[in-house]
Amino acid sequence: MEDVAIIGASMTQFGQRDAWIRELLAEAGQACLDDAGVSADAVEHLYVSNMASGEFEGQTGVPNALAHDLQAVPAYTARIDQTSSSGGAGIYAAWQSVASGASDMTLLVGGEKMTHKSTAESTDVIASLTHPVEYKHGLTLPSFAGLTARLYLDTYDAPRESLGKVAVKNHKNGVDNPHAQFRKEVDLDTVLDSPIVADPLRLYDFCPITDGSAALMFCPASVAEEYADEYVRVSGIGGATDTHVVHERSDPTTMRGVVESSDRAYEMAGLSPDDVDVAELHDMFTILEFLQFEDLGFAEKGEGWKAIEEGRTERDGDLPINTSGGLKSKGHPLGASGVAQAYEIVQQLRGDAGKRQVDADVGLACNVGGFGNCVTTAIFEEVNA
Amino acid sequence: MSDEPADERSESANGAGSGATRDDAPAFEAARYPDGSITYPAHPTGPGGDEPVGTVDLSEYTAEVVTWTTSTATPPGVREPNHVAIVEFDVDGEPVRAIGQATTGDIDIGDEVEPVYCDQLRDPDAGIREPASQEWDGFRFRPVE
Repeated sequence: MEDVAIIGASMTQFGQRDAWIRELLAEAGQACLDDAGVSADAVEHLYVSNMASGEFEGQTGVPNALAHDLQAVPAYTARIDQTSSSGGAGIYAAWQSVASGASDMTLLVGGEKMTHKSTAESTDVIASLTHPVEYKHGLTLPSFAGLTARLYLDTYDAPRESLGKVAVKNHKNGVDNPHAQFRKEVDLDTVLDSPIVADPLRLYDFCPITDGSAALMFCPASVAEEYADEYVRVSGIGGATDTHVVHERSDPTTMRGVVESSDRAYEMAGLSPDDVDVAELHDMFTILEFLQFEDLGFAEKGEGWKAIEEGRTERDGDLPINTSGGLKSKGHPLGASGVAQAYEIVQQLRGDAGKRQVDADVGLACNVGGFGNCVTTAIFEEVNA
Repeated sequence: MSDEPADERSESANGAGSGATRDDAPAFEAARYPDGSITYPAHPTGPGGDEPVGTVDLSEYTAEVVTWTTSTATPPGVREPNHVAIVEFDVDGEPVRAIGQATTGDIDIGDEVEPVYCDQLRDPDAGIREPASQEWDGFRFRPVE
């Protein structure tokens, strides 16, 4: 199996954009080609991570459209849909294509165009991933977050304020991310006084609806040195699922897909949670940062909330989480988010994160689809050729 | 916070009653598997990997609230606010969980609730899902007095 390198990375401005899905994908794709110094005709595989361009925009067939727009024809293309974890699943597919020897140059572009729809319409598109017994009751991803947050706070005697502090931290990080949708700090009182969305969670516990795109270029490590003196290696990756029907999980506060996917990633990398220097977690809702922090092995079950209270996950803490601002501040264009998480880790490992820069040799990205239904965890390491 | 005074035995999406009663309501059907496990909803294969061998009508049981929330940002065709709960039934010693709307937001973890039939839980024509692809009636959970 080939060692897989990432030699290029890009992301567009996240937020409310005039561009439609094809334009967003092309913008990130071209920027990634430029960053890697790779010509479009060298791309052998082209993957597009996208959940719902058909439902949002009436535009299907986006991988082929992108191949043409980038002049990457006749590259093999495929669309990767794994709902909110489409980006992570795209990383897995791109890694597989290179590791297996099927492709020597794979471009992954993730993107979503959402903001032209109302919040209610976007919520319904996302909720369409639910089982019929959930959908008919009006269950949404935010309502699953409310259900889980209440159980977590009650079970582990965690203070409501700790969830608010996740939002405060990630907004603070987002201020220094030029691509973030929100570059504005919020204080704890603002978070705790914001309107209720899914009790006990409030508006500032939720990520926004976002347009945006991000891209990564993968090739064999043996080829990477032709393009860069420094690159990032995919040292471990794992994907896993949990039940489609959320209430059938014996412990709703444990995300089995996170546990299983990270176990596989750690094993492949020959690393443990203690080796991780920086991580991007899927904070679609503040409660998810606690659940992933625990299920990735960074804290014991029920202890994850203490990390934010102790400042461990701040930029100057011992394990900075979501230096990009996370989905909370940076935004969450569904298919792009997992790719953008990896973009942030690549920036951190290359030393290109600017004001967000932390001291890191090993980074981790955990991308969650549904309410933990599908998860990809990837571990990246810096390589100096 | 109780905003939907439930009919004694059944209710409709707007809480006004539908004519359907507990007596003519369909069963709140869960599936039983050869290893004794029970799931709601039914699956082609159960936790042990075998096909269902029978059904259980959960409407004959009460349940305990595992957790709940009130959602105020609901999608098209869904009541607002929407109280929902995960509950656990004890079917002769076998735990079975279900999820659904609650008749009130005045509930708490550990409360005892009973299923109450509703002939239309949300407007099938308002959301993204094809109306003919699934059923739209079901059971809400009401606190046991």
